[in-house]
Amino acid sequence: MSEEQIKNLEKQFEERIARDEKIEPKDWMPDKYRQTHIRQMSQHAHSEIVGMLPEGNWISRAPTLRRKVALLAKVQDEAGHGLYLYSACETLGISRDALYEQLHSGKAKYSSIFNYPTVTWADMGAVGWLVDGAAIINQVPLCSTSFGPYARAMVRVCKEESFHQRQGYEIMLKLTQGTPEQIDMAQDALNRWWWPSLMMLGPTDAESVHTEQSMKWKLKRKSNDDLRQQFIDQTVPQAELIGLTIPDPDLKWNEERGSYDFGEINWDEFWQVVKGHGPMNKERMKARIDAWEGGEWVRDAAMAHAEKKAERKIKQAI
Amino acid sequence: MKNENLYNYILGIADNSLILGQRLGELTGHGPSLETDIACTNMSLDLFGQVRSYYQYAAKLKGGDATEDTIAFLRKERDYVNVLLVEQPDRDFAYTMARQFLFDVYHLLFLQELQKSHDITLTAIAKKSIKEVSYHQRFSTDWIKRLGDGTTVSHDKMQEAIDSLWTYTDELFHQTAADKAMVAEGIGVDVTALKVKYYSLVNAVLEEATLKIPESKWFQKGGKKGIHTEHFGYILSNMQYMQLAYPNMEW
Ligand SMILES: [Fe+2]
Ligand SMILES: [Fe+2]
Ligand SMILES: [Fe+2]
Repeated sequence: MSEEQIKNLEKQFEERIARDEKIEPKDWMPDKYRQTHIRQMSQHAHSEIVGMLPEGNWISRAPTLRRKVALLAKVQDEAGHGLYLYSACETLGISRDALYEQLHSGKAKYSSIFNYPTVTWADMGAVGWLVDGAAIINQVPLCSTSFGPYARAMVRVCKEESFHQRQGYEIMLKLTQGTPEQIDMAQDALNRWWWPSLMMLGPTDAESVHTEQSMKWKLKRKSNDDLRQQFIDQTVPQAELIGLTIPDPDLKWNEERGSYDFGEINWDEFWQVVKGHGPMNKERMKARIDAWEGGEWVRDAAMAHAEKKAERKIKQAI
Repeated sequence: MKNENLYNYILGIADNSLILGQRLGELTGHGPSLETDIACTNMSLDLFGQVRSYYQYAAKLKGGDATEDTIAFLRKERDYVNVLLVEQPDRDFAYTMARQFLFDVYHLLFLQELQKSHDITLTAIAKKSIKEVSYHQRFSTDWIKRLGDGTTVSHDKMQEAIDSLWTYTDELFHQTAADKAMVAEGIGVDVTALKVKYYSLVNAVLEEATLKIPESKWFQKGGKKGIHTEHFGYILSNMQYMQLAYPNMEW
C-alpha cells in the first residue's frame, strides 16, 4: 500500500470512531491502535487475575458460610472477567500464553492496588467498596469505547463490579453496626485502603502519558483527576452514612466547586509500588508464576490427551 | 435432643461437603489454568450451598441458639464426622482431581438414593444437589482420563495420587449408628449397598484412563467417628479463626 492509501484508511478509520461506530477485530486498524488496545486490555485482564489473590487470601477464613459463599462467588467473577478480557485481547492476534509471559516477565503491568496486603476480614469490605468502586468509575466510560469486544466485555464486567461494590459496602455496614472491636476493624481498613484507592485512578493529569490519543479512541473519556474527584465525591457520603471517617484531615466540601477538596496524594508511594516495591509485589508475582509453571504439566497432559483422542477418531474412521 | 439420630445423620452427609468445599476454596487463584480455577471454585461454591441447606435443617432440629454457622464453625475436632478422604491436602492437581473423583462417584450414588428418602427436606436437598454433583463427577472424570492418558509425567502423577488416596475409599461405605437408625426409618441411605457399584464405576474410569487399579486391601478409617488425620486441625484453625478470635459477633 502506498503511503497515501494508508493515510486515507487512517482518515476513514478515525471518522468511523468519531461517528461512534464500533471497530471489530477483522476491520482494518492502525497498528498503533492494535498495540495500544493489547496493552490496555491485557493490563486490565492481568489486574483481574492478580486481584483474585488478595481476596482469595480470606476465602478459607471467612467468618460465616454466607460470607464465604459470597466471597467465593466474587473471586470467581474476577476470574471470569480475566477470561473475557484475555479472549477480547486474543481477537487482536496475540495468545493468552504470550500475555501471561508479559505479565510474568514484568513487561506488562497490573493495577498497583493489588500489591497491598489484606490483613483483616474488614479488608474484604474495604476492597469491595473502594477498589471495585474505583474500578467502576474507571470502567463505566469504557462501555462505549471504540473497540467492540472491549466495549461489550465492559458492559458485562461493570454489572458484576457494581454488585461487588454493594457487597463490600454491606460488609462494612455490618461491621459498623457491630462491637467496638468490629468498628475499629472497619475504620482501620478504610485508613489503609483509602489512599491507595485514590491512586488507583492513575497519576495526576500533569504526569499522565498518551491521554490525547486515548481520548480520541474513547479508551479514555475523562482525565484521571476528574475520575478521582468523581470517586471522592461519591464515596465520602457513603463513609459518613456508616459512621466512618475518611483519613484525610484536608478533606472539605467546597461549596463553590460543588465537590470535595482533598489532601495531597503521596505520589512517591504510588511510583514506588508501580516500580515493584510495594508490600506484596513479589508475593503476587510469585503466586502467579508458581500457578503457571506448576500447572504446565497439567496443560501439556490435556493437550496430549486431546491429540490422542483425535488420532483414535481418525483411525476409527479409516 | 428428640431427633438426635437424624441430626447426626445430617452432619454425616454435610461435613463431607464442608471439608471438601474448604479444601477446594484454598485453591482459588492458584489453579493450573483460568478454566480449572473457575471450575474448582464453582465446585466449592456448590458444596457450600449444599452445606448451608443441610446445616439450616440441622439447626432447626437442634433448636435453641443453633444456626448453620454454630454448626459449621463451633464444634471441636472430634465432633466433625467427615470421611478422611475429603480432608486430604492438595499436593498437586492430580491429588485434587483424584480426591474429587473418588468422592464424586460416591456422592452421586448417594444422592440418587437420598432423593428417595421419606424425609422431604432431605429429598429436596438431594434433588437440587444431584444436578451440581453430576457436573462435578463429569469434570473430575474427564481430568482422571486426561491426566491418566495424557503424558508420562501426568500418568505417573495421577497413578501416585490414586494409589495414595485409595486407602480412604472404603470408609465411604461404613455405617454409623445414625446411619443404621435412619435406614431403619426409611430416611437414610444404606451405604453398604453402594459399594459394588462404586468400585465398578471407578475401576472402569481408571481402566479407560490407562491407570492401574490399586490392589491394596488395607484401608484407613476414623473420620466418621471423629478421629481425623493430622491435617484436620489445620483446616479448622483456618476455618474457625474468625469465630474463635471474635466470638459472638454478627458478620
Ligand atoms: Fe473484576
Ligand atoms: Fe476490573
Ligand atoms: Fe470485582
